[in-house]
Amino acid sequence: MLGLDFTFITAATWGMLWHGMVVTFKITATALIVGMVWGTLLALMRLSSWRPVSLFARGYVNLFRSIPLPMVLLGFYLIVPQMLQALFWQAATWDTRMMSALVGFSLFEAAYYAEIMRAGIQSVPRGQLSAANALGMQPMQAMRLVVLPQAFRNMLPLLLTQLIVLFQDTSLVYVISLADFFTSAENIGERDGRIEEMMILAGVSYFIICYAASLGVRYLSRKRVA
Amino acid sequence: MGYHWNWSVFLQPAGAGQTYLDWLLAGLGTTVLMGTFAWIIAFLLGSVLGVMRTLPQRGLRNIGAIYVNVMRNVPLIVQLFLWYYLVPKLLPESVRAWLFSLPPASTAFVTATIGLGFFTAARVCEQVRAGIDSLPPGLRNASLAVGFTLPQAYRHVLLPVSYRLIIPPMTSEILSIFKNSSIASTVGVIELYARSRQLNDYTAQAYESFLAVVACYLLINAVVMLLMSLLERRTRLFGYMGAR
Repeated sequence: MLGLDFTFITAATWGMLWHGMVVTFKITATALIVGMVWGTLLALMRLSSWRPVSLFARGYVNLFRSIPLPMVLLGFYLIVPQMLQALFWQAATWDTRMMSALVGFSLFEAAYYAEIMRAGIQSVPRGQLSAANALGMQPMQAMRLVVLPQAFRNMLPLLLTQLIVLFQDTSLVYVISLADFFTSAENIGERDGRIEEMMILAGVSYFIICYAASLGVRYLSRKRVA
Repeated sequence: MGYHWNWSVFLQPAGAGQTYLDWLLAGLGTTVLMGTFAWIIAFLLGSVLGVMRTLPQRGLRNIGAIYVNVMRNVPLIVQLFLWYYLVPKLLPESVRAWLFSLPPASTAFVTATIGLGFFTAARVCEQVRAGIDSLPPGLRNASLAVGFTLPQAYRHVLLPVSYRLIIPPMTSEILSIFKNSSIASTVGVIELYARSRQLNDYTAQAYESFLAVVACYLLINAVVMLLMSLLERRTRLFGYMGAR
């Protein structure tokens, strides 16, 4: 009835899709690592008693959380090339799309991870910090050795759920035409006049990966409770 | 940096008797309209599904769960492409003819609004379910004991209380629906995000076009938060958190 036909997909097509998937994983991994480190720092800054620092962190988080991701990507796509040019003069030859996607996603995700980590830090009982101080730890030591490990453990399910969201959001690099998994699928669909089939294929692939990951998260959080 | 700032660019004519400011406002209007319509779909469908997930019937609960799992694990951009390219093929001939007789941007607007609504419905469903589940079980039992049927208990007791409890998470869902509407630009809806690119292309004032659109999004956010806090204050129940 729909005239769907998947036979047009050749080995070369799978190769393009695989290259796209590698790009998707690269962006996800970079944004996860940078976003989590910067996000944790932002969370600590936000809880700091020094007002300018906590105000900065609050402003950063609120700003990034109220702008749509495509706008953030577009913004960095405008700014990053000039920034790179200012830092290293030869940047014009680099692939600025990948660079701006990496920077944009990392800084954007950090705002979301900051909120999760803030909740995590606040979920650790105050007595833990007092006890660490009583044992003679420096404030930074207490944070690093006592509070943060517990905060991470408490927030693990949320952090992983956010990772699944991030993995899906990377498909938005479509707006700066960077060939990730989704954009490759869309390009192939346009090229072969098979956009419906390619979108079904993309949707099913994302579903399988994300659903499997969410089952894993559910299993993990159930095991921790038990 | 040697960048030439020029905010008066928005007052310059953009052709057809419009200024660039009109373009910006048209984008703002499209975003607001799309978010509002999509939210109505999401709220109604999400409420039905959320209630289904709390009913005693296993089959209905499973339908809700499957819907949520599918919608949450496929990226919105893929869903919008499917709504735009695939779903019209499933429609009866007359509806399809009407849909494609519209100007292209309106066709995209209709399909994307429905797609965004169905996507957000899954998230509303989870909030509604969480709200109903968080009520003490005595509330349901008491309303059944005083003679309400189950539909009546939902209508007069369970839903009115749980909707009030979930106003804060619903607020963030409304904020996300406006942010997510920017993804509709990928299927050809000319909303705020698409306008920022257009303005950039036509005026060559990259930063002004970008910042003006960011300001519009911040404005939408502020208005939504204001309206929702008014709603929260107006509907407050005695004896619950936040009541005075």
